[in-house]
Amino acid sequence: MIQAILEWALALLIITGSFFGFTAALGLVRMRDIYLRMSTSGKGATLCCGLLLIGVALLFQDTGVTARAVAAILFLLLTVPVGAHMIARAAFRTGTPMWDGESLSSPRKGLPENIDKRGAD
Amino acid sequence: MQLFLMNILLAISWCALTSDATLDNVVVGMIIGFLAMALSPVRKFNDGYFRRLPKVLALIGYFLKELLVSGLRATWEVLAPASHRQPCVVEVPTSYPDDNELLLLSQLLSLTPGTLVVDIDDENKTLYVHSMFVSDGAQFRKELHDGLEKKIREAFE
Repeated sequence: MIQAILEWALALLIITGSFFGFTAALGLVRMRDIYLRMSTSGKGATLCCGLLLIGVALLFQDTGVTARAVAAILFLLLTVPVGAHMIARAAFRTGTPMWDGESLSSPRKGLPENIDKRGAD
Repeated sequence: MQLFLMNILLAISWCALTSDATLDNVVVGMIIGFLAMALSPVRKFNDGYFRRLPKVLALIGYFLKELLVSGLRATWEVLAPASHRQPCVVEVPTSYPDDNELLLLSQLLSLTPGTLVVDIDDENKTLYVHSMFVSDGAQFRKELHDGLEKKIREAFE
């Protein structure tokens, strides 16, 4: 009984994880500008890898594998947002156009003008 | 922090005593260590750890819920044939005295699908957040202020 529940949980984790991975890849194609692409692909990939790693830990039920899965998830949570933020910041500071629902426009639309004179450093 | 390290030490001793170092036994050891410390007079000298732990757990739970909800929303946005969203960059002033809290907030915001911190003004402690779903900046600021920002402050105070 417990075995059956475990197998269903495993299947659910791995299928939803792969699904998030698929939508992350699809987001790269379908989104209109770099900010939206970073949003959909980076975060979708985190969810995807997290769920898959939890699934692997559940499947093996082994201390070594579980410890590595936990460490991998922790490092994903630490590094993915930093990477996404740095890429988005570079794009924002160089004024890469942003999709606002109708057209591509400046990302600083609606913000005070003085927010940065620092350029793309 | 000291008490947290002591809690880990207690968990390690629990594992050594039961000669079982699996993950669930470490968790059991952490819980037993926490209960032992909560019952001991340590609490009279340093109450912060015991007061903050439930808040930290609440923050983690709240964040996981947000992660799932906005993940599903972002997935729907990717799959939906026509979209009516109007993404924009919202200016979010924060009132944290400490940089670590600002770091945690921007990290959690960047992790949540649909929001992305595009720039940070260190001097004014202002975040510039690119949001996928929200076209109303004031509402977004209010949601953030009552949700994540408040929970982080509670967990750190």
